[in-house]
Amino acid sequence: MKGFEIVLLICLIVCAVSVAFTKDLLTSIIIFMSYSLIMCVIWVLLQSPDLAITEAAVGAGVTSILFFVTLKKIKAIRKEDRDEQKEG
Amino acid sequence: MSRRKDNYENSRWLKFKRWVDGEVDFLADGMETVKLPEPEGTAGTPEKMDGIPESGFDGEEKKILAGEETKGLLLYRKFYQVMSVLLCCSIIFVLLWTVAYLPEFGNAGNPDNNEVSARYIEQGLKETGAVNMVTGMILDYRAFDTFGESCVLFIASCCVMVLLKIDRNCQDDRTRKRLAEANDRLFEPKNDIILQKCACVLVPLILLFGVYIVLNGHLSPGGGFSGGAVIGSGMILYLNAFGFQKTERFFTEKTYRRITVSALTFYCLAKSYSFFTGANHLESGIPLGTPGAILSSGLILPLNICVGMVVACTMYAFYTLFRKGDL
Repeated sequence: MKGFEIVLLICLIVCAVSVAFTKDLLTSIIIFMSYSLIMCVIWVLLQSPDLAITEAAVGAGVTSILFFVTLKKIKAIRKEDRDEQKEG
Repeated sequence: MSRRKDNYENSRWLKFKRWVDGEVDFLADGMETVKLPEPEGTAGTPEKMDGIPESGFDGEEKKILAGEETKGLLLYRKFYQVMSVLLCCSIIFVLLWTVAYLPEFGNAGNPDNNEVSARYIEQGLKETGAVNMVTGMILDYRAFDTFGESCVLFIASCCVMVLLKIDRNCQDDRTRKRLAEANDRLFEPKNDIILQKCACVLVPLILLFGVYIVLNGHLSPGGGFSGGAVIGSGMILYLNAFGFQKTERFFTEKTYRRITVSALTFYCLAKSYSFFTGANHLESGIPLGTPGAILSSGLILPLNICVGMVVACTMYAFYTLFRKGDL
């Protein structure tokens, strides 16, 4: 269990750093989502399942969706759409 | 009456109002404006261009670019980069240093293991009737704090409304343009069959799970906030799959207003006596019932439902306001 915790914490740090260093905003939001999921597992390991539920619902769910909507509003996801249209 | 009007025109309030409206800037007179160093591309400003003949302009510009000003600018930029790195490193260092001073996790001698938590753990079940000790604490001993938290959520959604809501009765061009921009769902593929089939299966499960978390807040892990967040995300999924027309049949701005205000009012009526009696007050007069039964532990269950409703409505309102500028 100790080893699993260490792996999770390392993943957490890697996620946190890569969110800051990712150029693409969409990718960084998805990495941020995975950060929240790892945090959720850590909450379960720290024996606070109520916080884990909240983290999964708010951190990985609602916050990321709001980020996505904001990106759409400021037209930051447009590029990907055009690429897909070209391919299609 | 006329004298009064004269007074009003010279009054500070009118000045303040005009300043707020952006008509005049009274503060600008007393302010010293600092000219910022301009980027290299626009080093030759129009003022300089007026005085210099066309032919000599290139040479002049090159001289300016190669001259002292640019050197200073470059130095300033280097300095800026170095200082930002230094600042970042020092903040990281200070934070890590602080963490190093924290007591060890899970140590029995930590300052949080004092008589308060011991008393709550020993007497909590008997006094609040809640099997889940966390809920017993936040909705009974510390119910007043939780009231503040749910008010914060309500205020947050009000702020988002102030910022993003578009007045539909206003008919000028700008508002119409904003409306068309905000309602971006019009341009999206509607009735996505995969999303709809998934939502058909998932949404009832998610909503049921959220209701379970809220209702069993005093028995199992969870409570109003987590359950409300789950219900809110389920509603957002439903909205994404089936569109605004279907959700508006059961959830409009009126519903939002009624649910949040009535839930907060009930919470306030149930717990605001703490204003007068102090925060650590418990007696509600309601029998606590057998611990472990769903109808037990007094006021905790209705308070959980209130918090859950406020949170679910807030999450949903955030999403719709971001999405179309209206509820």
